[in-house]
Amino acid sequence: MIEVELSSDQRMLLAATTQFLERTSSSQLVRERSERGAGLDRDWWTIGAELGWMSFLVPEELGGGSVSGAGLVDLALVAEEAGRRTAPGPLIPASAAISALAGAAVANDSARALLEDALAGRSVITWAVHEPDAAWDPTRPRAVARRAGDKIVLTGTKDRVEFGADSDHFVVEAMLDGELAQLVVPRTASGVRIEPVWSLDLARSFATVTFDDVELGGDALLGHAEVAIRAVERQAQLVHVLQSAETAGSTEYVFDLTRQWATDRFAFGRPLASYQAIKHRMADMVTVVHALQAIVRSAAEAVHLESPAAPKLARTAAIFAGTRSLDLMQDCVQIHGGIGVTWEHDLHLYLRRATVNRAHYGTPEELTAALEHLLGS
Amino acid sequence: MPYPVATVDECGEDVESFRSRARLWLKSEMPARDRDAVHAGSSDDQWTRARHLQRTLFDGGFAGICYPAEFSGQGLSYLHQRAFNEEARDYQLPTLLNLPSLAICLPTILELGTDEQRRQHIPAALRGDEVLVEFLSEAHSGSDLAGALTRADFDSGKWVINGSKIWTSSAFAGDYSMCLARTNWDVPKHRGLTMFLVPVRHPGVTVRRIRQVNGNSEFCEEFLDNVEVGPEAVLGEVDGGWAVANHRFYYSRTALGGGNPYVNGDHDESVALSRGITVGGSHDIAELARRLPSELRTGATSVADAFVMEAVRDALARRITTGVRNGLFPIEAASMMRLFHAQTDWACVDSALALAGSYAATGRADGSRGAGAFGEAYLFRQATSLGGGSTEMARNVISERVLKMPREAAPDVGIPFREVRRGPD
Repeated sequence: MIEVELSSDQRMLLAATTQFLERTSSSQLVRERSERGAGLDRDWWTIGAELGWMSFLVPEELGGGSVSGAGLVDLALVAEEAGRRTAPGPLIPASAAISALAGAAVANDSARALLEDALAGRSVITWAVHEPDAAWDPTRPRAVARRAGDKIVLTGTKDRVEFGADSDHFVVEAMLDGELAQLVVPRTASGVRIEPVWSLDLARSFATVTFDDVELGGDALLGHAEVAIRAVERQAQLVHVLQSAETAGSTEYVFDLTRQWATDRFAFGRPLASYQAIKHRMADMVTVVHALQAIVRSAAEAVHLESPAAPKLARTAAIFAGTRSLDLMQDCVQIHGGIGVTWEHDLHLYLRRATVNRAHYGTPEELTAALEHLLGS
Repeated sequence: MPYPVATVDECGEDVESFRSRARLWLKSEMPARDRDAVHAGSSDDQWTRARHLQRTLFDGGFAGICYPAEFSGQGLSYLHQRAFNEEARDYQLPTLLNLPSLAICLPTILELGTDEQRRQHIPAALRGDEVLVEFLSEAHSGSDLAGALTRADFDSGKWVINGSKIWTSSAFAGDYSMCLARTNWDVPKHRGLTMFLVPVRHPGVTVRRIRQVNGNSEFCEEFLDNVEVGPEAVLGEVDGGWAVANHRFYYSRTALGGGNPYVNGDHDESVALSRGITVGGSHDIAELARRLPSELRTGATSVADAFVMEAVRDALARRITTGVRNGLFPIEAASMMRLFHAQTDWACVDSALALAGSYAATGRADGSRGAGAFGEAYLFRQATSLGGGSTEMARNVISERVLKMPREAAPDVGIPFREVRRGPD
């Protein structure tokens, strides 16, 4: 991968991450773990946390810290590398959940304690944001919370919860007193039911999580009303940037594989790469590969700086990545020929990852409609 | 490598104080922008106006922000130029002069010209006294620019140029042209070309305007009959014209794709003007959407579709220009910007057509277009993927020069140009 604007610290981060992922997340290992039905490897996740993956979005005074000062740009570099290897691990929803905890941690000691565990990789936290049969609209959940004395009681169902079966805590949206609230819920709370579901991605699991009159302490409330709305918008932006970054990494890897294939494969006495029909498609593809990395970087910077363009650029990145990556990957399958649609070839691991990323936290269609609205037309 | 532009650290004035100074000056000196004005650059009045605006910029110390001070520029950084562009959004600027004069021809002269040529052309163009145009394409060869047949023969201390050129943007409004001509027929095609600086109103030069499908006439063709210029008219080396053309490609790709520091004011408007295109970007499309009767809005996401392409185009321009400056990408990587830019324009034109809906094909009783302007602009859609080298050429360049895929078999390579097969004249 060619990153055009990197500091030397970012280069070191990238090198460490690449080395770790190369050793632990080869396609062979991903396949083996999937065959065994193995869940999240906690030791692996802890090492990721030690490499700083969970800390970049958290200010130093809360125990976090980034490499470049622009934590989301650093984290996007990690996500791109994760995408190049279809790495397992809840990097994306955990980052959103950690952002929710960090937002509350200054005034909330319980949130701060949970944050410390999550930063160290001792506990796994995820964002349970999707609801059954509901479109992407995280600020208007159907789940409801009510107050009972100094307790809060949560009722509702979340589905498509990434690493739901492997998580210790969930960040959950619910309506409380007619306003949006964000709550943190331990898996061990009474009334929490977790049901793993089939997943398209071999390395990424999902679950439906039901909250049945789950009684929580008052400190489970991370934010309410305007505060929660702003937090959820920010989490959505983070997720869109990281998801796009991961998809950008997957897309680049698939492109590189295909470019190599076109060079090595001969047909009618000449390499595939010598046919103009193939060359022109590869030219279109490499332009998209660069365009993806470029919009990820621009969106990451805008979201990091909370610039006025951030809501638009984060959605733009997700829309562009969600649509173009798949067009490109399917064209790569086409250029590979029959081998491209076999289980044996790695292409499908990436196609799975990009399809999953397209589907979650807002589809390109949903986000395009949202963007149209933001543009005020 | 492109001629170095000052970095922020090298500038005496920081970006924000420059921005405040520009804001005050614009407010007092420059006319407000009229967003409803039809801005295709085919009338002489518009050119007179643009030259006048350029002169105002020059007198105010805001012309040629990224050009060196020794050639009457401001010697500031690209970030200064961007700040100026942001501040100038609501004012009239001479964007008509950007392409090709200020952002393609002038930087090429800055980079490859003699000191005399720089002193002659750069201050004059920054003052608004001189407009440069390009005599490059020829009727028989289209994208095969190096196959030029226009010839220049050296005779008694003078070059004598004969031939014809076509698809020249705004030649009718130009003072000087960069003209590519063949000076050696006994070497392979790329090695026998020379770039000349030729006055447009000069004995032997005839300019004819071409009417385009949208009714405008930005493009011209020129006939050169025994046009005489001196040895000082050669830009770069004799027989080294292809190298000059290659540098000029970089500026044109970045001028079209974004990231060219010499584009003054709105990038989209500059490109649209050079092509005679009246659909601007997603701003214009959003404006159209707002004006449409609500019952004609069908929940389409046309503005968002255009916006996504524009935002990605701008991000890509930054990535590629940074990569080229840092030496990570070959200069030809700019072809990716060229390609993506065309696709962005298509997206905008298509979005506008979709939004204009049933009103895309008719106008008003007074002949004005209304939403029909977007239907008319649609006719000219492909101009964006043709002008400045077709997107097919861009794909060849990307695959062969960036991805290093095998080159197309070319029977015109490595043999003297006079032996290259040609179609009937």
